[in-house]
Amino acid sequence: MLAALLLFAAVMGVILFIAGRFGGKRGDKVVAYLYLLPAVLMLAVGLVYPGLRTIYQSFFDAAGSSFIGFDNYGTIFSDKDQLTVLRNTVFWVVVTPFVATAIGLVYAILVDKSRFESFAKALIFLPMSISFVAAGVIWKFVYEYRPDQGNVKQIGLVNQLIVWLGGKPVQLLIETPLNTFLLIIVMIWIQAGFAMTILSAAIKAIPDDIIEAARLDGVNAWSMFRKITLPSVQPTVVVVLTTIGIGTLKVFDIVRTMTGGNFETSVIANEFYRQTFNADNQGLGAALAVLLFVLVIPIVIYNVRSLRRSEAS
Amino acid sequence: MFGQPTSPRFRAALAGTLSAGLVFGLAACGGGDSDSGSDTDASAAAIDCAPYTKFGDIKGKTVTIYTGIVTPEDTPHIESYKPFEQCTGATIKYEGDKSFETQVLVRARAGNPPDLAIVPQPGLVKQLVSTGKAVAAPQEVSDNVDKFWDKAWKGYTTIDGKFYGAPLGASVKSLVWYSPSEFKDKGYTVPTTLDELKALSDKIVADGGKPWCAGIASGDATGWPVTDWVEDMVLRTSSPETYDKWVSHEIPFNAPEISTAFDAVGGYLKNDAYVNGGLGDVKSIATTTFQDAGLKILEGQCSLHRQASFYAANFEKGTKVAEDGDVFAFYLPGKDANTKPVLGAGEFVVAFADRPEVKAFQTYLSSDVWANTKAKLSSGWVTANKGLDQANLTNPIDKLAGGILLDPNATFRFDGSDMMPAAVGSDAFWKQSTAWITGQDTKTTVDNIEKAWPK
Repeated sequence: MLAALLLFAAVMGVILFIAGRFGGKRGDKVVAYLYLLPAVLMLAVGLVYPGLRTIYQSFFDAAGSSFIGFDNYGTIFSDKDQLTVLRNTVFWVVVTPFVATAIGLVYAILVDKSRFESFAKALIFLPMSISFVAAGVIWKFVYEYRPDQGNVKQIGLVNQLIVWLGGKPVQLLIETPLNTFLLIIVMIWIQAGFAMTILSAAIKAIPDDIIEAARLDGVNAWSMFRKITLPSVQPTVVVVLTTIGIGTLKVFDIVRTMTGGNFETSVIANEFYRQTFNADNQGLGAALAVLLFVLVIPIVIYNVRSLRRSEAS
Repeated sequence: MFGQPTSPRFRAALAGTLSAGLVFGLAACGGGDSDSGSDTDASAAAIDCAPYTKFGDIKGKTVTIYTGIVTPEDTPHIESYKPFEQCTGATIKYEGDKSFETQVLVRARAGNPPDLAIVPQPGLVKQLVSTGKAVAAPQEVSDNVDKFWDKAWKGYTTIDGKFYGAPLGASVKSLVWYSPSEFKDKGYTVPTTLDELKALSDKIVADGGKPWCAGIASGDATGWPVTDWVEDMVLRTSSPETYDKWVSHEIPFNAPEISTAFDAVGGYLKNDAYVNGGLGDVKSIATTTFQDAGLKILEGQCSLHRQASFYAANFEKGTKVAEDGDVFAFYLPGKDANTKPVLGAGEFVVAFADRPEVKAFQTYLSSDVWANTKAKLSSGWVTANKGLDQANLTNPIDKLAGGILLDPNATFRFDGSDMMPAAVGSDAFWKQSTAWITGQDTKTTVDNIEKAWPK
């Protein structure tokens, strides 16, 4: 720790010393680059190099010793298990962002300026503060199954409800593809709070005079939502959608804690960990990581663009 | 994005060095606590220091040992190192980590391995050796292993003619847990052949019960209890020789002998009449944790649960684990009363440094002195070290397991999935077995596992 602090001080000292030697208009530019240098170096070591290394590794076999070209990518798009992984990832990415954002938006509008606003917001925001692993454990209990045998009692909420309604308990987490959607609910439960917080702030930022003017015109609630609220918060909605989308692509903890990827619930992030560390297949693991990276890029670009556009207007 | 966690475990895996350093700090603190442990009588016992003097003066030197053994089982380990520390003046730094099995590889590959690692699988030993960072065991350790262990054990960690790790502890997997009092009440007897086991199961069904309970859920290792079942059945329906060929892939995974073993297991686990006492239908095996499954014996919901000797620790405090107690185990019988195959597992000590103090400590761990010290200190622990005086084993289940391990008539075989390549042993075999329990047929299962075998 001390060594790190000293190193930090020494590096800063050197940079400041060199920066001090430059002056004038052109000097500013040099100083700026000098200040950027440590961050760029760290990014290179901590992000760029591992990234390139992963891409390189994805063209090699399980042991990382012989070059096999695009075979790992071929496996991802042809192997039955891997196709299930891709299918599940599609489910996650299509369902989670839209449902979570929709819930967050509706909730934000409903509680806006109500008497219990802060309490109602805190309630839906709470899951945000729970780690994904803890959320997984909690929901595992919600889905827990006990057999319909003798006087065995249900301990899971969902199965208890089913029993009260006169049904038979179901082993929820092994029913494919229902189980994937049950896991998605956990993610929505966490992310709706995030969506609500950001969108609520955006709604509050709508200028009061616009709303008042609309009210004077006698606009009903639905038109207010369609014509005023939604267009005003639209850039924020896009940001929220894409941010949750990226988070969903990376989902790992929920799947790992609740099913371990068994019963056809694996997703890319979980599969690449499993291939790398359980199956010791470094090549396929790296290829899955690269695929994840490639899938995230367009969303990030879209996110950055829409942010810029909203800032420009 | 706002604190969007990429899994902490994943991050830890990538930043192996960093997290290992943190865990190290914690482990060091934990070690301090256990110093005040009450069991000082055994560790204070004087041992012969002569075997360690030839490594020179190692006073003040430190040896780090990294393992997956965490509280509470780590205490007897730390205690059992004391005689060595007193003899030599060296310090042993114990570091227990639940994610040892992935972290140790990350650390070895990153060039930051511990001095010694307690590795629970020969397959993992092989992977560690392939990183080029492992160091072959010194002559003294090799001599101890020749003296105290059955020859097969040395073979498990001999890679390309070089011997890497002495075995440490061992467990017996071929056990069936049952309730002695229930057996007495209902007039059941402990079976001595597979046919008798089947007959007993049928009898329990006829009495209106579900004989077996089973659970294979175990986080990301879900499925492993099935592999133990299958291994036990390969040993019983075929032969130990077939088993060896199967493990080393001289016969394919989808060979008829293996399918037969799977079907034999299916005769018990995929039989709705036999399972799953108090837990549900056959599919419930997939979602019941292996820790929970056997507890139904105490509740009277089922009568039999096949699980290793370490399962004793799962019964709550106050449960009498003994031949005349609430719960006990019997040896999973062979095909006939004469053959006695035993499936088991164990740990091996692998070194990543060859400093004198590391060698000296390795020598200590491979000795009969350590085995007996450890046996006196712990409960729920056995070893296949022939120098172990069985009188030092304190609880009944340890005595049972020790007796089976050191029985000269027993044919011991190491857990097969632990010896297969990771792609099979800790991936396809687990995953496909889980699918098999939830309905996949045997042929698809063995074919899929065979396909996963690295070429």
